Amino acid sequence: MSADSAPAAQEPDHPTSAAAPPSLTALFVAFARMSLAGFGGVLVFARRAIVEQHRWMTADEFNETFALCHFLPGPNIVNLSMVFGARLRGIAGGIAAFAGLLLPPTLIMTVLAIAYARFGDLEVLRRILAGISCAAVGLLIAVVFRMMTPLLKRMEAVALILMLGVFLAIGVLRLPLQAVLLVAIPVSIGATFLLRRKVAA
Amino acid sequence: MNAESPLWALISTFGLMSLFAVGGAAAAVPEMHRIAVDVHHWMTDKQFADAYAIAQLSPGPNVLIVTLIGYAVAGIPGALAATLAMCLPTALVAYYVSRLLNRPSQSRWPALIQAALVPLSIGLMAASALILAQSTDRTIAAVLLTAMVAVIASVSRINPLWLLLAGGLLGFAGIV
Repeated sequence: MSADSAPAAQEPDHPTSAAAPPSLTALFVAFARMSLAGFGGVLVFARRAIVEQHRWMTADEFNETFALCHFLPGPNIVNLSMVFGARLRGIAGGIAAFAGLLLPPTLIMTVLAIAYARFGDLEVLRRILAGISCAAVGLLIAVVFRMMTPLLKRMEAVALILMLGVFLAIGVLRLPLQAVLLVAIPVSIGATFLLRRKVAA
Repeated sequence: MNAESPLWALISTFGLMSLFAVGGAAAAVPEMHRIAVDVHHWMTDKQFADAYAIAQLSPGPNVLIVTLIGYAVAGIPGALAATLAMCLPTALVAYYVSRLLNRPSQSRWPALIQAALVPLSIGLMAASALILAQSTDRTIAAVLLTAMVAVIASVSRINPLWLLLAGGLLGFAGIV
């Protein structure tokens, strides 16, 4: 993290661990665990493990890393595993986290695919899935709320307005993603630039 | 490997698709359906719907529906090829971009851009949550379950797995 984002690291209630970075095995195991827990999405468990349990990142660092992975092409949690692992332990760490995230569920999925080819009846599974999905949406709402708290605490009006704008444009008005981002990204960069210049002056 | 090989078709299809999949795996599902069912006839419509259900039901990133498509096309080698083609190239791109943005430099633009993306990313996640809730929560009981899970997970440190388990049991019992 560069000096510009330093204020985030000074939040007293989210101390960054000063301990040595985790081993490659620890990274693999941590990502395998969050992946295997991640029914209906891994973000919930990734944030819980990285920010709350291991304290490998502050809430703000996690937000910035996730936002970057979110706006680059590809599955965002997979991108996050590589970027996060590499930030702690170089490219080997990235590969350890990437493999931990993907290897166990790929094996499970392949076994399920073989079972499905043989039995092919999913009715009971579908009912269970319906219940899990409802709970998973609830978890997603909770993690979005937790990711929002650093912004709410600092009462950054511009950031909150931009966040609300994107939410309304995509979630309520259902405007196309590309069009919304084409407007929102330059506006947000411009607003952040002007705000920081004002603070510096 | 010649151009006719099913493995090569999987690798080129998903490798290319991943580079255009901005905003998460959920955004790429309609495109996967078009390619697997309509273009290549790798699966029937029902097989695709079941693959989607299995991918949702399994732990791990939801993008792993490509593992099932790969398995349907070319067995276990196909499953591995499709998974790596969908995940590895973009992960490496993310690694290089992140390293570029975070290397020590005099410029304040990299940190500024990253900070500017945060509220947009959270707004987008909130929108996904709303859209998912609208398609998932078809009954009052389902809405109540989602709302209770959201509140409990926001205010307590309970392991989310318990909440998912409760949801699964309520679904099994036919309540939601």
